[in-house]
Amino acid sequence: MTIKIDVDMAKCQHYGQCVFEAPNIFRLNNDDKLEYTAVADDSERANVEAAVDVCPMQAIRIVE
Amino acid sequence: MTKPVVIVGASMGGLRAAEALRRFGYLGPITAIGDEPYAPYNRPPLSKDVLKGEVSHEAVAFPQRPATADVNWVLGTRVASADVANSTVTDDTGLVHPFSALIVATGLRPKRLQVPNGGLAGRHAVRTLDDAIALRAELVPGANVVILGAGFIGCEVAATATLLGCSVTVVAPGSHPINRPLGRTLAAEIKRRHEAEGVKFRMKSTVVDLIGEDRVSGVILDSGEVLPCDVFLEAIGSHANTEWLEGNALDLTDGVLTDGALRAVTTGGGSVENVFVVGDVARFANPIFDDVPRRVEHWNIPTDSAKRVGQVLAAQLAGENTATLLSEPFAPIPSFWSDQYDIHLLAFGLLGLADEIKLLHGEIKGDCVFGYYRESKMVGVAGIGMRSTVQGYRSEFKLEG
Ligand SMILES: Cc1cc2nc3c(=O)[nH]c(=O)nc-3n(C[C@H](O)[C@H](O)[C@H](O)COP(=O)(O)OP(=O)(O)OC[C@H]3O[C@@H](n4cnc5c(N)ncnc54)[C@H](O)[C@@H]3O)c2cc1C
Ligand code: SF4
Repeated sequence: MTIKIDVDMAKCQHYGQCVFEAPNIFRLNNDDKLEYTAVADDSERANVEAAVDVCPMQAIRIVE
Repeated sequence: MTKPVVIVGASMGGLRAAEALRRFGYLGPITAIGDEPYAPYNRPPLSKDVLKGEVSHEAVAFPQRPATADVNWVLGTRVASADVANSTVTDDTGLVHPFSALIVATGLRPKRLQVPNGGLAGRHAVRTLDDAIALRAELVPGANVVILGAGFIGCEVAATATLLGCSVTVVAPGSHPINRPLGRTLAAEIKRRHEAEGVKFRMKSTVVDLIGEDRVSGVILDSGEVLPCDVFLEAIGSHANTEWLEGNALDLTDGVLTDGALRAVTTGGGSVENVFVVGDVARFANPIFDDVPRRVEHWNIPTDSAKRVGQVLAAQLAGENTATLLSEPFAPIPSFWSDQYDIHLLAFGLLGLADEIKLLHGEIKGDCVFGYYRESKMVGVAGIGMRSTVQGYRSEFKLEG
């Protein structure tokens, strides 16, 4: 099983709070911009859900 | 019938508490009672980007999870009182709600200015979605907007209103906007950037009265100066919503005092086993910093406190031994951000505790990172831009030993 992750880049302000919750999925690149992996193993679900919770812009969605 | 866990306050803290109870295995009934007519929504955009466009519940609503689909949301209903000894709360229709455990999540409300000619239209505060809708409708190009208070919310609305074409003046008693907690240097730079956008400041000033018949048309400052004013925003801090808890011998000095498991503490100093507190209304000591209980009005607190409460309460309701859980510290890293024009500020820690502030990276006119120290120990970090660098300091905030 995999999950699909969608970040609304129009909303994202690149604060990187998500990086702490799901470091395998989200990272800030050298320009401090968010990069993420859009498809992940189901084992990452709990981490990604935590990232959804802490995103100040509420920009992250798990697409079922 | 099993009594439900009753959550009072159906906002971020309430929602996160319900989610955490489910995550930690509690499957029993949950009732969440809130006086706003809306399902939980996110407040920070109300002074920032959402205020620029069309303010709607849809734009700010928190997504609801399947795990909390069976929570009984009682919205548009205020809780009038609580009887902790008998484990009930009573709402403003007179309905009594018995609880197995109570979660207090009633947050804050804005302080309002008391002036002789106060009963005028055109006065605003911004805490709720309805507040933001009302304010948005009046932020028309050319409007004279006076903002009393130069904290984060005042400064954010100043930026947003300026971008919407309003003429904005900020009036505040301090010497610099956001001086506490940011400190003089950063505060002066933020002021400079506001002024470059056309915002005017009247610092070390306050408003002594309003002018107008039905609607505000001007404000009178303590210097005697009169500012033309079509829209008057009061952003002068908040009161904790705790009146409904009175009469239960809880310590309600500036919020609800809690122990390390976020259980309410009585005036005698004991913890109430089935009354928990989450979010802005909780006053707790954070052992990362010291043992002084404080309220922390940052967005991560509802989530972090709800997680702790969910874990303890789910175990307690399952009849498990909670001794070890209760003895664990509650030590969330306070985190906040602010957007004003292209200033994107990110901070961690309790900056207000600092006795020394140092520029660590970059330069003040551009992107920069400041460190905040108390007795040489880092208590906070804040940056404009340079997010990875700011993030890197998060590891400074941990429990000793
Ligand atoms: C405009 C604005 C901008 C912000 N920006 C930022 C930011 O950039 N960064 C940041 O870190 N934080 C920010 N915050 C703070 C953050 O939004 C709060 O920390 C968070 O909303 C607190 O959530 P809460 O659930 O504890 O309280 P609240 O969101 O205040 O929820 C309490 C709820 O309880 C209800 N209630 C109160 N009394 C009763 C009663 N007797 N019966 C029933 N219901 C009751 C209230 O109406 C409310 O719905 C901002 C806040 C505002 C208002
Ligand atoms: S937490 Fe949200 S806003 Fe911040 S980088 Fe991640 S997706 Fe973007």
